[in-house]
Amino acid sequence: MIEITLAHYLALATILFCIGLIGVLRRKNLLLLFMATEIMLNSVNIGFAAIGHYYGDLSGQMFAFFVIAIAASEVAVGLGLLIVWYKRTGSIDLDSLSSMRG
Amino acid sequence: MEIYLYIALFAPLVGSLIAGIFGASKKLLFTGIVTSSLLALSFFSSIVLLVHLLGGGDEIHVEMMTWIAAGELYIPFGFLVDEISATMMMVVTLVSTLVHIYSIGYMKHDAGFNRFFSYLSAFVFSMMVLVMSDNFAGLFIGWEGVGLCSWLLIGFWYKKDIATWSANEAFIMNRIADLGMLIGIFLIYWNTGSLQYDTVFAAAPSLDETILVLIALFLFIGAMGKSAQFPLHTWLADAMEGPTPVSALIHAATMVTAGVYLVVRAHPIYELTPDVSYFIACVGAFVAIFAASMALVNRDIKRIIAYSTLSQLGYMFVAAGLGAYWVALFHLMAHAFFKALLFLGAGNVMHAMRDELDPYKMGGLFKVMKYTAILMIIASVALAGIFPLAGFFSKDKILEVAFGSENYILWGVLWVSAGLTAFYSFRLIMLTFFSDSRYKKLGFDPHEAYPYMLWAMAPLALLAIIAGWFEHQFVEFVTQALPMFTFNVADVVWMLIVVTTLIALGGIALAIWTYRDGPLDPKWERNPIHKLLINEYYIPAAYERCISRPYRELSAFFWKEVDLKVVDYTVDLIASMVYGSGKKTHTMQNGNLSSMLGWVAAGAVLLLLAVIFSSGIQVAG
Repeated sequence: MIEITLAHYLALATILFCIGLIGVLRRKNLLLLFMATEIMLNSVNIGFAAIGHYYGDLSGQMFAFFVIAIAASEVAVGLGLLIVWYKRTGSIDLDSLSSMRG
Repeated sequence: MEIYLYIALFAPLVGSLIAGIFGASKKLLFTGIVTSSLLALSFFSSIVLLVHLLGGGDEIHVEMMTWIAAGELYIPFGFLVDEISATMMMVVTLVSTLVHIYSIGYMKHDAGFNRFFSYLSAFVFSMMVLVMSDNFAGLFIGWEGVGLCSWLLIGFWYKKDIATWSANEAFIMNRIADLGMLIGIFLIYWNTGSLQYDTVFAAAPSLDETILVLIALFLFIGAMGKSAQFPLHTWLADAMEGPTPVSALIHAATMVTAGVYLVVRAHPIYELTPDVSYFIACVGAFVAIFAASMALVNRDIKRIIAYSTLSQLGYMFVAAGLGAYWVALFHLMAHAFFKALLFLGAGNVMHAMRDELDPYKMGGLFKVMKYTAILMIIASVALAGIFPLAGFFSKDKILEVAFGSENYILWGVLWVSAGLTAFYSFRLIMLTFFSDSRYKKLGFDPHEAYPYMLWAMAPLALLAIIAGWFEHQFVEFVTQALPMFTFNVADVVWMLIVVTTLIALGGIALAIWTYRDGPLDPKWERNPIHKLLINEYYIPAAYERCISRPYRELSAFFWKEVDLKVVDYTVDLIASMVYGSGKKTHTMQNGNLSSMLGWVAAGAVLLLLAVIFSSGIQVAG
């Protein structure tokens, strides 16, 4: 049985971050976009917690809590907007959101 | 006493600024009156200073403030009133005041009335800075100020192409000479470490002779431009495009005399370089006869007077070149009075003839313009050098100097020029004021000028008559600052006076006899000598052909080949590259969130890579 080191945690965080990033870039459904964002945030949380543990410093964990709190509020606001958008247009496809065309 | 110095210097500036405030508004009579009274105040202060010096007072030297102080270089705004500058100040402010008063009448119907007075006073202020400065840098500031104001005033009627052309010509010619002047000043600083007159002149004798010759030559090049000496003389005649009071000011007081003043001021340098001084005398003599010959045939009253100025400046340079600096200053002063008078008289004639300048179209104006005619005759007699008017004393002195220093060739040239001077002056008088009234056929209706314009001319006429009588006082006064020039002509002095007066009278008589019936037969104009003279020795044409035109062609070549094909092309290329890349990349901003997010991610990755590689390089380094 191999020992779990900091590198493993960071590798996991990186892999999760990349999965989240690909999700953000590839998915057209806004709801899935939010999920992908959550994956990215949580990958970062893993990184914070792991490094905080590695240095014996609690600031990492503290930061992770902050991120969780902010992510929760972000999702609340974001989902609220999303529902309003769905009521107005009947679609949550990302490509329909192009009113910012230059 | 210092307060008078500041008043004399700054009153014209204040006047100029006040008139300048109203530069764009419609004619306001008070701008003319304010500038004239401030100049009168300046004149009054100059007189106080002159009296102070005449009464045996010390020269006044003030340092108003520091101008440039950097390391070893220290140039203050310092002003000096000694015998030389006091004389110049008196002449400048007197003539300028009268010209200002005269201009109130002359420019009466001009839309640019306020602007004109603003420029005119600024012109006088520049000249005051020039003559009062106690160092070469301050002199140069005044020198450039005079150049600028002359440009503004010659091109005053800027809607006329010829006026702007002449203004530019004057400006450019002066710039060429100013470069020489500037090199001279640099050489002075380089070798003496100062620009203050007293320091420089004290250090001058210990300088290397080659350096001294170079300094003297370069300073003289500057003087040649301002005083319109050959070969930089063409601007002076073309400068006649400006309003006539400006011509009076340029020719009598504020501009062309600056060159003579410079040579007189820098006399300790010129005394150490006899070869350069002799060269100056030769140039002066050449210009004296050269300009006088062109004045003989010209058909423009102002140009005739302009050439006469040129010729008289030549006389002054002969005197200065031969070491008789006080004689040069004396002639400068006397000349200022009668030349201003001549120009103002010409202004009256122009007004009467609705800006017609050709004396062939005048004739018989004596009947309608008696006072102007009398004033101009006084000025012409003074110019011709007839006893007892001012020109007799000053010009005769120059001839005596030339004879006494055994430069018989110079004397001969000046003697002939004296005859020519008398001839062209009276040719002008005869054609304008006497013989038959040719203007009647051409439908002119001349009238005399306003009385106050004539009154403004009266003091000049008085001075043109009496200025020469104060020769002894003048000599005693200025030789406190200038070397006394000794020459021994006592045994022949009467003969010289008689010979000179004879040729002057001969010239007058010949002119009166030749032009008793108006202009000569046109067949004279086919004479090759006449052609040569009327075309000003083809020098303007030669300048046009050899300098202006090749330069224009060269410029056109550089414009088409270098500017358009290299410089502009490079600039256009940069612009089109930026524009093209923008055109290609604007699809990035299509408003689609997911593709924009893609770009954000790509940018983040790029930045990350950049950070990684740069830190990797740092670690490796």
